[in-house]
Amino acid sequence: MSNIGSEDLNNKLNAWAEHIHAGVLPGESLALVGLIRHGDVLARRLAEKLQRAGVSVHCGALDISLYRDDWDLQANKMPLHSSYLPFSTDGLKVILIDDVIHTGRTVRAALNALFEYGRPASVELHCLVDRCGRQLPIQPDYTVYPTPMEREVSVHLQEIDGYDDIEY
Amino acid sequence: MKPRKDLLTIGSLSDEDIHTILDSAKAMKDIFTKSVKKVPALKGKSVLTLFYEPSTRTRSSFEVAAHRLSADVTTFTVGTSSVVKGESVHDTIDTLMSMKMDYIIVRHKNSGIPAVIARHCKAAVINAGDGAHAHPSQAFLDAFTIREKFGTVAGRRVVIIGDILHSRVARSTCCILQRLGAEVAYMGPGSLVPPREHCGVPVFRDWDEVFSWKPHVIYLLRVQNERIDTPFFPAADYHRAFGVTEERLKIIDDCDAAIMHPGPVNRGVEICDAAMDYRNCLVCNQVENGIAARMSILYHLTPQTQNHE
Repeated sequence: MSNIGSEDLNNKLNAWAEHIHAGVLPGESLALVGLIRHGDVLARRLAEKLQRAGVSVHCGALDISLYRDDWDLQANKMPLHSSYLPFSTDGLKVILIDDVIHTGRTVRAALNALFEYGRPASVELHCLVDRCGRQLPIQPDYTVYPTPMEREVSVHLQEIDGYDDIEY
Repeated sequence: MKPRKDLLTIGSLSDEDIHTILDSAKAMKDIFTKSVKKVPALKGKSVLTLFYEPSTRTRSSFEVAAHRLSADVTTFTVGTSSVVKGESVHDTIDTLMSMKMDYIIVRHKNSGIPAVIARHCKAAVINAGDGAHAHPSQAFLDAFTIREKFGTVAGRRVVIIGDILHSRVARSTCCILQRLGAEVAYMGPGSLVPPREHCGVPVFRDWDEVFSWKPHVIYLLRVQNERIDTPFFPAADYHRAFGVTEERLKIIDDCDAAIMHPGPVNRGVEICDAAMDYRNCLVCNQVENGIAARMSILYHLTPQTQNHE
Protein backbone atom coordinates (compact mmCIF):
# COMPACT_ATOMS: atom_id res chain seq x y z
CA MET A 1 0.00 0.00 0.00
CA SER A 2 1.48 3.35 -1.03
CA ASN A 3 0.57 6.57 0.69
CA ILE A 4 1.16 9.96 -0.86
CA GLY A 5 0.84 13.14 1.18
CA SER A 6 0.29 16.79 0.46
CA GLU A 7 3.85 17.87 -0.40
CA ASP A 8 4.51 14.99 -2.76
CA LEU A 9 1.16 15.55 -4.45
CA ASN A 10 1.86 19.25 -4.92
CA ASN A 11 5.24 18.49 -6.53
CA LYS A 12 3.55 16.06 -8.87
CA LEU A 13 0.89 18.65 -9.72
CA ASN A 14 3.66 21.13 -10.60
CA ALA A 15 5.18 18.56 -12.96
CA TRP A 16 1.70 17.84 -14.35
CA ALA A 17 1.09 21.55 -15.04
CA GLU A 18 4.51 21.83 -16.72
CA HIS A 19 3.66 18.84 -18.91
CA ILE A 20 0.39 20.51 -19.97
CA HIS A 21 2.21 23.82 -20.58
CA ALA A 22 4.81 22.13 -22.78
CA GLY A 23 2.08 20.51 -24.87
CA VAL A 24 0.28 23.76 -25.77
CA LEU A 25 1.03 24.75 -29.35
CA PRO A 26 1.20 28.42 -30.44
CA GLY A 27 -2.29 29.76 -31.13
CA GLU A 28 -3.94 26.88 -29.33
CA SER A 29 -6.67 27.68 -26.75
CA LEU A 30 -6.71 25.42 -23.73
CA ALA A 31 -9.52 24.27 -21.41
CA LEU A 32 -9.21 22.01 -18.38
CA VAL A 33 -12.45 20.19 -17.58
CA GLY A 34 -12.49 18.28 -14.31
CA LEU A 35 -14.92 15.49 -13.49
CA ILE A 36 -16.95 16.10 -10.31
CA ARG A 37 -15.98 15.31 -7.57
CA HIS A 38 -12.17 15.47 -7.18
CA GLY A 39 -11.32 15.85 -10.88
CA ASP A 40 -12.76 19.37 -10.80
CA VAL A 41 -10.61 20.25 -7.79
CA LEU A 42 -7.49 18.95 -9.56
CA ALA A 43 -8.43 20.92 -12.70
CA ARG A 44 -8.77 24.13 -10.65
CA ARG A 45 -5.39 23.61 -8.99
CA LEU A 46 -3.71 22.90 -12.34
CA ALA A 47 -5.41 25.92 -13.96
CA GLU A 48 -4.10 28.19 -11.16
CA LYS A 49 -0.57 26.90 -11.66
CA LEU A 50 -0.81 27.42 -15.42
CA GLN A 51 -2.25 30.92 -15.01
CA ARG A 52 0.60 31.81 -12.66
CA ALA A 53 2.97 30.67 -15.42
CA GLY A 54 1.21 33.03 -17.84
CA VAL A 55 -0.83 30.42 -19.70
CA SER A 56 -4.37 31.45 -20.58
CA VAL A 57 -6.68 28.57 -19.71
CA HIS A 58 -10.43 27.99 -19.36
CA CYS A 59 -11.51 25.83 -16.45
CA GLY A 60 -14.76 23.90 -16.04
CA ALA A 61 -16.40 21.05 -14.15
CA LEU A 62 -18.62 18.23 -15.38
CA ASP A 63 -21.05 16.06 -13.41
CA ILE A 64 -21.48 12.97 -15.56
CA SER A 65 -24.18 11.26 -13.42
CA LEU A 66 -26.91 11.88 -16.02
CA TYR A 67 -24.76 10.24 -18.72
CA ARG A 68 -23.86 7.03 -16.87
CA ASP A 69 -24.68 3.63 -18.34
CA ASP A 70 -25.31 2.00 -14.95
CA TRP A 71 -28.15 4.28 -13.83
CA ASP A 72 -30.48 1.28 -13.41
CA LEU A 73 -27.94 -0.62 -11.34
CA GLN A 74 -27.12 2.01 -8.76
CA ALA A 75 -28.57 1.12 -5.37
CA ASN A 76 -28.28 4.62 -3.90
CA LYS A 77 -28.53 7.60 -6.19
CA MET A 78 -26.44 10.50 -4.95
CA PRO A 79 -27.55 14.13 -5.29
CA LEU A 80 -26.48 15.63 -8.61
CA HIS A 81 -23.99 18.47 -8.87
CA SER A 82 -24.20 21.30 -11.36
CA SER A 83 -21.83 21.14 -14.29
CA TYR A 84 -20.02 24.42 -14.85
CA LEU A 85 -18.63 25.14 -18.30
CA PRO A 86 -19.04 28.88 -18.79
CA PHE A 87 -17.54 28.74 -22.29
CA SER A 88 -18.11 27.00 -25.61
CA THR A 89 -15.65 24.20 -26.26
CA ASP A 90 -15.69 24.95 -30.01
CA GLY A 91 -12.13 24.81 -31.34
CA LEU A 92 -10.50 24.38 -27.92
CA LYS A 93 -7.93 21.84 -26.84
CA VAL A 94 -9.81 20.23 -23.97
CA ILE A 95 -8.06 18.18 -21.31
CA LEU A 96 -10.38 16.03 -19.22
CA ILE A 97 -9.04 15.70 -15.68
CA ASP A 98 -10.06 12.90 -13.32
CA ASP A 99 -8.64 11.59 -10.08
CA VAL A 100 -8.83 7.84 -10.79
CA ILE A 101 -9.36 5.94 -14.03
CA HIS A 102 -10.64 2.39 -13.61
CA THR A 103 -13.17 0.84 -16.00
CA GLY A 104 -13.21 3.78 -18.43
CA ARG A 105 -16.99 4.11 -18.21
CA THR A 106 -16.87 7.48 -16.47
CA VAL A 107 -14.69 8.82 -19.27
CA ARG A 108 -17.09 7.44 -21.88
CA ALA A 109 -19.92 9.32 -20.15
CA ALA A 110 -17.75 12.44 -19.83
CA LEU A 111 -17.04 12.50 -23.58
CA ASN A 112 -20.77 12.37 -24.31
CA ALA A 113 -21.45 15.16 -21.81
CA LEU A 114 -18.57 17.27 -23.11
CA PHE A 115 -19.73 17.24 -26.70
CA GLU A 116 -22.98 18.95 -25.72
CA TYR A 117 -20.95 22.09 -25.04
CA GLY A 118 -19.44 22.40 -28.51
CA ARG A 119 -16.94 20.74 -30.84
CA PRO A 120 -13.48 20.79 -29.32
CA ALA A 121 -10.47 20.76 -31.64
CA SER A 122 -9.05 17.88 -29.60
CA VAL A 123 -9.63 16.08 -26.31
CA GLU A 124 -7.00 14.55 -24.06
CA LEU A 125 -7.46 12.55 -20.89
CA HIS A 126 -5.24 13.13 -17.85
CA CYS A 127 -5.63 11.17 -14.61
CA LEU A 128 -4.00 11.27 -11.21
CA VAL A 129 -4.06 7.48 -10.67
CA ASP A 130 -4.58 4.62 -13.13
CA ARG A 131 -5.94 1.64 -11.20
CA CYS A 132 -6.20 -0.60 -14.31
CA GLY A 133 -9.28 -2.81 -14.86
CA ARG A 134 -10.43 -1.18 -18.10
CA GLN A 135 -13.74 -2.41 -19.62
CA LEU A 136 -13.67 -0.02 -22.58
CA PRO A 137 -10.97 0.90 -25.11
CA ILE A 138 -10.08 4.15 -23.34
CA GLN A 139 -6.56 5.05 -22.16
CA PRO A 140 -5.28 8.23 -20.50
CA ASP A 141 -2.77 10.42 -22.33
CA TYR A 142 -1.06 11.30 -19.07
CA THR A 143 -1.09 9.56 -15.68
CA VAL A 144 0.66 10.82 -12.56
CA TYR A 145 0.62 7.51 -10.65
CA PRO A 146 0.22 4.42 -12.85
CA THR A 147 -0.41 1.22 -10.87
CA PRO A 148 0.83 -2.10 -12.23
CA MET A 149 -2.39 -4.01 -11.43
CA GLU A 150 -6.04 -3.39 -10.50
CA ARG A 151 -6.23 -2.23 -6.87
CA GLU A 152 -8.32 -0.07 -4.57
CA VAL A 153 -7.44 3.61 -4.60
CA SER A 154 -8.75 6.44 -2.44
CA VAL A 155 -8.01 10.06 -3.17
CA HIS A 156 -8.64 12.81 -0.62
CA LEU A 157 -8.29 16.48 -1.46
CA GLN A 158 -8.23 19.44 0.91
CA GLU A 159 -11.12 21.28 -0.76
CA ILE A 160 -13.53 18.34 -0.30
CA ASP A 161 -12.13 16.09 2.42
CA GLY A 162 -10.10 18.56 4.47
CA TYR A 163 -6.71 16.99 3.68
CA ASP A 164 -4.57 15.83 0.75
CA ASP A 165 -3.81 12.12 0.63
CA ILE A 166 -3.74 9.26 -1.86
CA GLU A 167 -3.79 5.63 -0.79
CA TYR A 168 -3.18 2.96 -3.37
CA MET B 1 -30.93 8.26 -1.54
CA LYS B 2 -32.09 4.72 -0.83
CA PRO B 3 -34.00 3.02 -3.67
CA ARG B 4 -37.62 4.19 -3.69
CA LYS B 5 -40.18 3.07 -6.24
CA ASP B 6 -42.97 5.60 -5.74
CA LEU B 7 -43.60 9.18 -4.68
CA LEU B 8 -47.07 9.33 -3.12
CA THR B 9 -46.79 11.83 -0.24
CA ILE B 10 -44.14 14.06 1.31
CA GLY B 11 -44.74 12.31 4.63
CA SER B 12 -43.44 9.02 3.23
CA LEU B 13 -40.02 10.53 2.47
CA SER B 14 -36.99 10.69 4.76
CA ASP B 15 -35.21 14.00 5.35
CA GLU B 16 -32.36 12.64 3.22
CA ASP B 17 -34.78 11.92 0.35
CA ILE B 18 -36.15 15.48 0.50
CA HIS B 19 -32.71 17.09 0.53
CA THR B 20 -31.40 14.83 -2.25
CA ILE B 21 -34.31 15.63 -4.57
CA LEU B 22 -34.04 19.37 -3.86
CA ASP B 23 -30.26 19.41 -4.35
CA SER B 24 -30.52 17.55 -7.65
CA ALA B 25 -33.30 19.89 -8.83
CA LYS B 26 -30.72 22.69 -8.82
CA ALA B 27 -28.43 20.68 -11.10
CA MET B 28 -31.42 19.84 -13.33
CA LYS B 29 -32.29 23.54 -13.63
CA ASP B 30 -28.75 24.34 -14.74
CA ILE B 31 -29.32 22.04 -17.73
CA PHE B 32 -31.90 24.57 -19.02
CA THR B 33 -29.13 27.10 -19.66
CA LYS B 34 -27.18 24.76 -21.94
CA SER B 35 -27.66 24.92 -25.69
CA VAL B 36 -28.59 21.21 -25.55
CA LYS B 37 -31.38 21.12 -22.95
CA LYS B 38 -31.55 17.37 -22.77
CA VAL B 39 -29.64 14.61 -20.99
CA PRO B 40 -29.74 10.86 -21.69
CA ALA B 41 -30.44 9.70 -18.12
CA LEU B 42 -33.85 8.07 -18.86
CA LYS B 43 -33.14 7.05 -22.44
CA GLY B 44 -35.26 4.05 -23.38
CA LYS B 45 -37.62 4.46 -20.39
CA SER B 46 -41.36 4.86 -20.86
CA VAL B 47 -43.35 7.45 -18.95
CA LEU B 48 -47.14 7.48 -18.94
CA THR B 49 -49.25 10.40 -17.80
CA LEU B 50 -52.60 9.14 -16.51
CA PHE B 51 -54.79 12.09 -15.58
CA TYR B 52 -58.33 11.34 -14.49
CA GLU B 53 -58.79 15.05 -13.74
CA PRO B 54 -58.20 17.92 -16.12
CA SER B 55 -54.74 19.42 -15.88
CA THR B 56 -52.62 21.32 -18.34
CA ARG B 57 -49.82 22.69 -16.24
CA THR B 58 -48.85 19.70 -14.13
CA ARG B 59 -49.16 17.25 -16.99
CA SER B 60 -47.18 19.34 -19.47
CA SER B 61 -44.58 20.05 -16.77
CA PHE B 62 -44.10 16.30 -16.21
CA GLU B 63 -44.01 15.73 -19.96
CA VAL B 64 -41.33 18.38 -20.51
CA ALA B 65 -39.36 16.96 -17.55
CA ALA B 66 -39.52 13.43 -18.99
CA HIS B 67 -38.56 14.64 -22.47
CA ARG B 68 -35.54 16.53 -21.09
CA LEU B 69 -34.38 13.27 -19.49
CA SER B 70 -34.81 11.55 -22.91
CA ALA B 71 -37.70 9.31 -21.80
CA ASP B 72 -40.54 8.37 -24.15
CA VAL B 73 -43.84 9.87 -23.02
CA THR B 74 -47.33 8.54 -23.64
CA THR B 75 -50.39 10.51 -22.67
CA PHE B 76 -53.42 8.56 -21.55
CA THR B 77 -56.32 10.90 -22.04
CA VAL B 78 -59.10 9.69 -19.80
CA GLY B 79 -61.84 11.73 -21.49
CA THR B 80 -61.37 9.77 -24.71
CA SER B 81 -60.33 6.44 -23.23
CA SER B 82 -62.03 3.24 -22.23
CA VAL B 83 -62.36 4.65 -18.70
CA VAL B 84 -65.41 6.60 -19.83
CA LYS B 85 -66.76 3.31 -21.15
CA GLY B 86 -66.66 1.92 -17.62
CA GLU B 87 -63.21 0.32 -17.29
CA SER B 88 -62.19 -0.02 -13.63
CA VAL B 89 -58.92 1.36 -12.27
CA HIS B 90 -57.66 -2.23 -11.79
CA ASP B 91 -58.31 -3.14 -15.41
CA THR B 92 -56.65 0.07 -16.53
CA ILE B 93 -53.57 -0.86 -14.44
CA ASP B 94 -53.43 -4.30 -16.08
CA THR B 95 -53.65 -2.65 -19.48
CA LEU B 96 -50.87 -0.22 -18.60
CA MET B 97 -48.59 -2.94 -17.23
CA SER B 98 -49.01 -4.86 -20.46
CA MET B 99 -47.62 -1.76 -22.15
CA LYS B 100 -44.42 -2.13 -20.03
CA MET B 101 -44.41 1.38 -18.65
CA ASP B 102 -41.54 2.35 -16.30
CA TYR B 103 -43.14 5.43 -14.74
CA ILE B 104 -46.82 6.26 -14.28
CA ILE B 105 -47.83 9.78 -13.29
CA VAL B 106 -51.34 9.75 -11.87
CA ARG B 107 -53.90 12.39 -11.00
CA HIS B 108 -57.30 11.35 -9.68
CA LYS B 109 -60.16 13.09 -7.95
CA ASN B 110 -60.23 10.43 -5.23
CA SER B 111 -57.57 10.31 -2.52
CA GLY B 112 -55.54 7.11 -2.46
CA ILE B 113 -55.92 6.00 -6.09
CA PRO B 114 -52.21 6.56 -6.91
CA ALA B 115 -51.33 4.39 -3.89
CA VAL B 116 -53.62 1.61 -5.16
CA ILE B 117 -51.96 1.75 -8.57
CA ALA B 118 -48.49 1.80 -6.96
CA ARG B 119 -49.27 -1.36 -4.97
CA HIS B 120 -50.32 -3.25 -8.06
CA CYS B 121 -47.61 -2.45 -10.53
CA LYS B 122 -43.85 -2.50 -10.88
CA ALA B 123 -43.66 0.90 -12.50
CA ALA B 124 -42.65 3.88 -10.39
CA VAL B 125 -45.85 5.78 -9.57
CA ILE B 126 -45.83 9.51 -8.97
CA ASN B 127 -48.86 11.11 -7.36
CA ALA B 128 -49.64 14.22 -9.41
CA GLY B 129 -52.55 15.12 -7.14
CA ASP B 130 -55.20 12.89 -5.54
CA GLY B 131 -58.35 14.58 -4.30
CA ALA B 132 -57.69 16.83 -1.31
CA HIS B 133 -54.92 14.49 -0.13
CA ALA B 134 -51.48 15.20 -1.59
CA HIS B 135 -49.55 16.83 -4.41
CA PRO B 136 -45.90 16.09 -3.62
CA SER B 137 -44.30 17.36 -6.84
CA GLN B 138 -45.95 20.76 -6.24
CA ALA B 139 -44.48 20.73 -2.73
CA PHE B 140 -41.00 20.11 -4.12
CA LEU B 141 -41.23 22.92 -6.65
CA ASP B 142 -42.53 25.30 -3.97
CA ALA B 143 -39.74 24.42 -1.54
CA PHE B 144 -37.19 24.69 -4.34
CA THR B 145 -38.52 28.12 -5.37
CA ILE B 146 -38.38 29.44 -1.79
CA ARG B 147 -34.88 28.05 -1.33
CA GLU B 148 -33.76 29.63 -4.58
CA LYS B 149 -35.23 33.01 -3.61
CA PHE B 150 -34.08 33.16 0.01
CA GLY B 151 -31.09 30.81 0.02
CA THR B 152 -32.73 28.57 2.62
CA VAL B 153 -36.20 27.44 3.66
CA ALA B 154 -35.39 27.16 7.36
CA GLY B 155 -36.62 30.11 9.39
CA ARG B 156 -38.84 31.56 6.63
CA ARG B 157 -42.43 32.43 7.47
CA VAL B 158 -44.94 31.30 4.85
CA VAL B 159 -48.64 32.08 5.06
CA ILE B 160 -50.93 29.96 2.86
CA ILE B 161 -54.14 31.77 2.00
CA GLY B 162 -57.39 30.38 0.61
CA ASP B 163 -59.42 27.19 0.66
CA ILE B 164 -57.09 25.13 2.87
CA LEU B 165 -59.68 22.44 3.57
CA HIS B 166 -59.99 21.25 -0.03
CA SER B 167 -56.36 21.88 -0.97
CA ARG B 168 -53.86 19.07 -1.54
CA VAL B 169 -51.34 21.79 -2.39
CA ALA B 170 -51.69 23.33 1.08
CA ARG B 171 -51.30 19.93 2.73
CA SER B 172 -48.18 18.83 0.81
CA THR B 173 -46.49 22.22 0.65
CA CYS B 174 -47.09 22.88 4.35
CA CYS B 175 -45.62 19.46 5.13
CA ILE B 176 -42.40 19.92 3.15
CA LEU B 177 -41.85 23.48 4.36
CA GLN B 178 -42.24 22.46 7.99
CA ARG B 179 -39.87 19.51 7.44
CA LEU B 180 -37.32 21.98 6.08
CA GLY B 181 -37.68 24.25 9.10
CA ALA B 182 -40.04 26.95 7.84
CA GLU B 183 -42.90 28.40 9.90
CA VAL B 184 -46.26 27.97 8.17
CA ALA B 185 -49.59 29.67 8.92
CA TYR B 186 -53.02 29.58 7.26
CA MET B 187 -55.59 32.26 6.47
CA GLY B 188 -58.87 31.98 4.60
CA PRO B 189 -62.65 31.87 4.85
CA GLY B 190 -63.54 30.48 8.28
CA SER B 191 -65.43 27.47 6.97
CA LEU B 192 -62.55 26.50 4.63
CA VAL B 193 -59.68 26.60 7.11
CA PRO B 194 -59.26 23.76 9.62
CA PRO B 195 -59.02 24.95 13.22
CA ARG B 196 -55.56 25.11 14.74
CA GLU B 197 -56.24 22.26 17.16
CA HIS B 198 -56.84 19.95 14.17
CA CYS B 199 -54.08 21.02 11.81
CA GLY B 200 -51.44 22.22 14.28
CA VAL B 201 -50.79 25.32 12.20
CA PRO B 202 -51.47 28.91 13.35
CA VAL B 203 -54.61 30.30 11.70
CA PHE B 204 -55.09 34.01 11.03
CA ARG B 205 -58.48 35.61 10.64
CA ASP B 206 -57.57 38.48 8.34
CA TRP B 207 -54.80 40.30 6.50
CA ASP B 208 -54.02 42.54 9.50
CA GLU B 209 -52.97 39.48 11.48
CA VAL B 210 -51.04 38.18 8.46
CA PHE B 211 -49.07 41.41 8.06
CA SER B 212 -48.29 41.70 11.76
CA TRP B 213 -46.71 38.19 11.52
CA LYS B 214 -44.28 39.62 8.90
CA PRO B 215 -44.36 36.71 6.43
CA HIS B 216 -41.55 36.21 3.90
CA VAL B 217 -43.90 34.44 1.48
CA ILE B 218 -47.60 34.98 0.75
CA TYR B 219 -48.79 31.74 -0.85
CA LEU B 220 -52.18 32.14 -2.52
CA LEU B 221 -54.28 29.08 -3.30
CA ARG B 222 -56.56 28.92 -6.29
CA VAL B 223 -60.27 29.16 -5.56
CA GLN B 224 -61.35 25.68 -6.64
CA ASN B 225 -64.95 25.95 -7.69
CA GLU B 226 -64.78 22.47 -9.21
CA ARG B 227 -63.99 20.85 -5.87
CA ILE B 228 -66.95 22.25 -3.97
CA ASP B 229 -70.57 21.84 -4.90
CA THR B 230 -71.72 25.44 -4.82
CA PRO B 231 -69.64 28.60 -5.09
CA PHE B 232 -69.14 29.71 -1.51
CA PHE B 233 -68.35 33.36 -2.23
CA PRO B 234 -68.88 35.82 -5.07
CA ALA B 235 -65.47 36.47 -6.68
CA ALA B 236 -65.43 40.18 -5.83
CA ASP B 237 -66.21 39.49 -2.16
CA TYR B 238 -63.43 36.89 -2.00
CA HIS B 239 -60.98 39.34 -3.56
CA ARG B 240 -61.93 42.05 -1.05
CA ALA B 241 -61.60 39.74 1.95
CA PHE B 242 -58.74 37.36 1.06
CA GLY B 243 -57.17 38.41 -2.25
CA VAL B 244 -54.04 40.47 -2.89
CA THR B 245 -55.59 43.82 -3.76
CA GLU B 246 -53.56 46.79 -5.03
CA GLU B 247 -53.73 48.28 -1.55
CA ARG B 248 -52.35 45.11 0.07
CA LEU B 249 -49.73 44.81 -2.66
CA LYS B 250 -48.21 48.10 -1.42
CA ILE B 251 -47.83 46.64 2.07
CA ILE B 252 -46.40 43.41 0.64
CA ASP B 253 -43.92 45.51 -1.36
CA ASP B 254 -42.93 47.48 1.75
CA CYS B 255 -42.30 44.20 3.62
CA ASP B 256 -40.33 42.85 0.62
CA ALA B 257 -42.41 39.65 0.81
CA ALA B 258 -42.71 37.24 -2.12
CA ILE B 259 -45.98 36.09 -3.71
CA MET B 260 -46.51 32.51 -4.84
CA HIS B 261 -49.46 30.70 -6.43
CA PRO B 262 -49.68 27.13 -7.77
CA GLY B 263 -51.66 28.29 -10.84
CA PRO B 264 -53.73 28.70 -12.80
CA VAL B 265 -54.27 32.17 -11.37
CA ASN B 266 -57.77 33.68 -11.16
CA ARG B 267 -57.00 37.35 -11.71
CA GLY B 268 -59.35 39.58 -9.78
CA VAL B 269 -60.10 36.77 -7.33
CA GLU B 270 -56.94 35.64 -5.50
CA ILE B 271 -54.72 38.27 -7.03
CA CYS B 272 -54.95 41.64 -8.77
CA ASP B 273 -53.28 42.28 -12.16
CA ALA B 274 -50.58 44.49 -10.66
CA ALA B 275 -49.47 41.74 -8.27
CA MET B 276 -48.66 39.46 -11.21
CA ASP B 277 -46.09 42.06 -12.34
CA TYR B 278 -44.76 42.64 -8.81
CA ARG B 279 -40.96 42.29 -8.58
CA ASN B 280 -41.21 39.48 -6.01
CA CYS B 281 -44.02 37.57 -7.72
CA LEU B 282 -42.56 34.06 -8.13
CA VAL B 283 -45.39 32.48 -10.16
CA CYS B 284 -43.30 32.13 -13.35
CA ASN B 285 -40.31 30.88 -11.35
CA GLN B 286 -42.59 28.19 -9.92
CA VAL B 287 -43.48 27.00 -13.43
CA GLU B 288 -39.83 26.77 -14.52
CA ASN B 289 -38.77 25.18 -11.25
CA GLY B 290 -41.61 22.68 -11.60
CA ILE B 291 -39.84 21.12 -14.57
CA ALA B 292 -36.52 20.92 -12.70
CA ALA B 293 -38.15 19.46 -9.57
CA ARG B 294 -40.02 16.85 -11.62
CA MET B 295 -36.85 15.89 -13.51
CA SER B 296 -35.19 15.33 -10.16
CA ILE B 297 -38.12 13.23 -8.91
CA LEU B 298 -38.10 11.06 -12.04
CA TYR B 299 -34.34 10.63 -11.83
CA HIS B 300 -34.32 9.57 -8.19
CA LEU B 301 -37.16 7.04 -8.30
CA THR B 302 -36.32 3.42 -9.07
CA PRO B 303 -38.94 1.46 -11.03
CA GLN B 304 -38.93 -2.29 -10.49
CA THR B 305 -39.26 -2.88 -14.21
CA GLN B 306 -35.77 -4.00 -15.22
CA ASN B 307 -37.23 -7.43 -15.94
CA HIS B 308 -40.80 -6.88 -17.07
CA GLU B 309 -42.79 -10.03 -16.50
